[in-house]
Amino acid sequence: MNQAAATLPRATLAWIALGWIAFAVLPWYIADGAGAHALAWLVDPARSGLVSGLAGAPWLLPLAVPLILALRPAFRSTGLDAAGPWLVAAGGLGLAWITLQGFTIGLNGWTWASPIEGVRPGPSQAGMGLGAGLTAVAFLMLLCHGLAMRGWCRGDAFVVSAIGAIVGLIALFVFFPVSRILVSAVQDNDGAFAPREFLTKFFDSSIWGLDCLVSDLRCGVAWNTLFLAVLVGVGTTVLGLAFALIATRTGFRFKGALRILSVLPIITPPFVIGLALILLFGRSGAVSAILFEWFGVPRSRWIYGLPGIFIAQLLAFTPIAFLVLIGVVQGISPSLEEASQTLRARRWTTFVTVTLPLMRPGLANAFLLGFVESMADFGNPLVLGGNFEVLSTKIFFAVVGAAHDQGRAAVLSLILLAFTLGAFWLQHAWLGKKVYTTVTGKGDSGLPLPLPRRVAFAAFATALPWAVFTFVVYVVIAVGGFVRSMGRDYTPTLQHLLTGFRIESTDRGLYFAGSAWNSFFATLKVAALSAPLTAAIGLLTAYLLTRQRFSGQRAFEFGTLLSFAIPGTVVGVSYILAFNVPPIEITGTGFVLVMCFVFRNMPVGVRAGIATLSQIDKSLDEASLTLGARSATTLRRVVLPLLRPAIVASLVYSFVRAMTAVSAVIFLVTAEYNMATTYIVGRVEAGEFGLAIAYSTVLIFVMLLAILGIQALVGERRLGRRTAPSLAVQAAS
Amino acid sequence: MTRRDRSILASTLLGGLAALSIGSAAPASAQGALVMYCTVQEEWCRATVNAFERETGIKVAMTRKSSGELYAQVKAEAANPRGDVWWGGTGDPHMQAAEEGLTLEYKSANLDQLQDWAKRQWEQSKGRTVGIYSGALGFGYNTEQLKAKGVPEPKCWADLLNPKLKDEVQVADPNSSGTSYTLLATMVQIMGEEKGFEYLKALHKNINQYTKSGAAPAKATALGETTVGITFLHDMVTMVVDKAPIKTVAPCEGTGYEIGSMSIIKGAKNLDNAKKFYDWALTPAAQKLGADAKAYQVPSNKDTPTPPEAPKLGDIKLITYDFAKYGSSDERRRLLAKWDAEVKNLPK
Repeated sequence: MNQAAATLPRATLAWIALGWIAFAVLPWYIADGAGAHALAWLVDPARSGLVSGLAGAPWLLPLAVPLILALRPAFRSTGLDAAGPWLVAAGGLGLAWITLQGFTIGLNGWTWASPIEGVRPGPSQAGMGLGAGLTAVAFLMLLCHGLAMRGWCRGDAFVVSAIGAIVGLIALFVFFPVSRILVSAVQDNDGAFAPREFLTKFFDSSIWGLDCLVSDLRCGVAWNTLFLAVLVGVGTTVLGLAFALIATRTGFRFKGALRILSVLPIITPPFVIGLALILLFGRSGAVSAILFEWFGVPRSRWIYGLPGIFIAQLLAFTPIAFLVLIGVVQGISPSLEEASQTLRARRWTTFVTVTLPLMRPGLANAFLLGFVESMADFGNPLVLGGNFEVLSTKIFFAVVGAAHDQGRAAVLSLILLAFTLGAFWLQHAWLGKKVYTTVTGKGDSGLPLPLPRRVAFAAFATALPWAVFTFVVYVVIAVGGFVRSMGRDYTPTLQHLLTGFRIESTDRGLYFAGSAWNSFFATLKVAALSAPLTAAIGLLTAYLLTRQRFSGQRAFEFGTLLSFAIPGTVVGVSYILAFNVPPIEITGTGFVLVMCFVFRNMPVGVRAGIATLSQIDKSLDEASLTLGARSATTLRRVVLPLLRPAIVASLVYSFVRAMTAVSAVIFLVTAEYNMATTYIVGRVEAGEFGLAIAYSTVLIFVMLLAILGIQALVGERRLGRRTAPSLAVQAAS
Repeated sequence: MTRRDRSILASTLLGGLAALSIGSAAPASAQGALVMYCTVQEEWCRATVNAFERETGIKVAMTRKSSGELYAQVKAEAANPRGDVWWGGTGDPHMQAAEEGLTLEYKSANLDQLQDWAKRQWEQSKGRTVGIYSGALGFGYNTEQLKAKGVPEPKCWADLLNPKLKDEVQVADPNSSGTSYTLLATMVQIMGEEKGFEYLKALHKNINQYTKSGAAPAKATALGETTVGITFLHDMVTMVVDKAPIKTVAPCEGTGYEIGSMSIIKGAKNLDNAKKFYDWALTPAAQKLGADAKAYQVPSNKDTPTPPEAPKLGDIKLITYDFAKYGSSDERRRLLAKWDAEVKNLPK
């Protein structure tokens, strides 16, 4: 770093310049009304923080002080060691003041007890806009660069900045909103502090009751949820492993079809699988009718309750386990297995003692995802729950139901959160400190072993019937959108599709007359924006967690997982509470939807990234660093190409979830940004299953195209492995 | 800094800019606009919006949700309201919002044209909400299923206690559905609190599922997933019009009803337009749009023709439903807690 001793790095200078531009030129506050997209609006010194500060918002003027502080090391070359403290002071002060003034002065005056006696309601200000946002970003980056100069993370400014950025984002979009709603757990309905009410709600017998063990009464909702989540976690992991083994280690002929089938459920909007199951197994369902007429099996309502939710969630979440496990199974080094065989171990012994233990990180992550997904799932329990209650629906109806008890919702969310974090902790304990590295810099010319016969048999016996079952469910879905009324009247019709997606050609070009177009375009836009952001933030986090060591790392990891553990309903309400008023006033925009998706889906990117990264030997990075590359360069040139399966997984997952999630967005959609899923839920509520299913079919096709596009764009990871002709590793379909 | 590092930083910055710029797109609040929250079914919402836009030239931004969700949203947005007018949906959340001061008093010039029950809703809420339609509670049965079971046609609430209907009756959970809360309050008002709860306990043995959504039993009855469904009658009528084998019943003991309501949100940014919409929505021209959208509620303006398919309120024995008492949050919390404790967890 000798060459830099004279002046600041150019990146640091750029951030200082950006801070000044954002403060002095860009509009500080969010714009109201029309012209928001006009370019002239973007550069408008008359509305900048500096001018506003002089013209009636004097609380903005102190921000000039840290900006001036930052100028000193820029103009007086005193060396990096001396510049560090100046930058830390500038960044820290600036951030602190922006936060303080933002939360003190709200839309209608002081937001808490008046800091100046007698001035009521006090000054007011609107939500922060572009200028304020970029100024805050600049301060954060200056703080990070300053800390790096003081020797944090071996003086690596990129690593410190990345950590700082992610911590800042998580604090803003996860901790801040969630803290707003959790505070209401210890409040009564008037907003006063009421710890006793909290205890009563918490120890309620409808949550923790164990009556079902000793009588035919129902058990508490907490036990129901836990039991279901464990079942689903185990089930999806087993099925996902079976699919992954078949796809990578056998010569199965219809791998492509299998892969599409196993991925279909993940791209299916909520409610639809549940509806299809009812149409198949409900009391008047097709299968029930056949069983009744041919075998005299009495029609029953067994599908409503635990069995129904379990089957629907298995269908919906197996693909996630598959996507996590396929990367892991591909990454296992064949030479270890070959070594085992050379030592005369039989195939079965090799599989049990070498292959399976190496899959541990994948298995643990797959289970964790299945478990957490099941806990947070909302659509399936809603349709198929019957009298089997789970926490997510209970929370939803505590908020929107006739009781309107937000405190109760907060208490239930706390329990849900505790379960999820407990699972996360257990996973860590199980994986321990063992090493799972198999992708190293050394050339690996081993051949992946064919599966032992009984494992192959078990995999086929599990996966094939399931694939057939999935296929049948999708036949029902495909038919359902194109008959008049599924279950009653099977006259084929295009009427549902036309209601939603009619296009008329007029003199001025095409007119999208169907009622679904609005929500369709909005959904596409939001999904396309949030997917790359999610993947980038998720993988960067995974890289920091596995490749860097810094204090507070576990807390950092916990923070990234938190948003996933919180059920969507709670996230939705907390986003409204947090972001509807200044300083950050973004409800009603597409931005809030994008951020909501990014931080809900980021954990999948993190988990997939960690699972894949823990297989890649650190010596690869070290070689790159030794050759003089910076950590950012190493990340881009060495790590990213090896991470392709994880990139595909997180891009696909976040795109798909943005198109299919319902519980979080149901509170956030507006007329302008209506989402496809809320539209579909509305159709289901109105009993128009036909249109709901037809719309879902369209969405499924769009998502299939998107997935194929993403895979083509990102490409396959090429490991230095030979392939035997009989075992051609399948192309990414 | 290498060139690559800089390009990464630059692209991060660009990404951030792009994200912020969509963030800065503020929601519509320009002149000549109206933000409307709609809590009836989509077609009806859309037809109403189109008709109002055509009539006045005011651009409407409409959001459709269930009334419970929308109440939660209005409450969460109270510090900085986004909506102007809240149209439709069962009366209880409107009453609750009125009680909590989330909505605005307003007296429309068209108020005198309304039916008495609609005006009473307005008086009881101190002018903060008004009735726009009404629908009676009742039940419907699947004629094919009933024949297969050999059960005589149920005509009264009491007939639903027939042991042959064990696990054949479906109704929503009153904790999540206003429809089902109306049933609870109706029973308490017809039979008195003690007898009413006795009835609900006896009915519990015949219930196969407490659904989440109030209208769900109608669909389940149409598909034959349950023999009897308790809902508002107009929800059943929608299924009948769709040629489902359903017969609707207005119970002989009398029954309760809902009043679909409309409120202006306090702090509305387009207050003048909200008032224009409010006045217009009470006219016969606006109210007759419901029937075209397959919504068979009874409209509140005396001059609006009642759709022929709609259950005739005149033929139904309606109780004098005390909306002020049973719509208040204290009474509702008490009854729901009691129902949870005494009915829901009973063994079958």
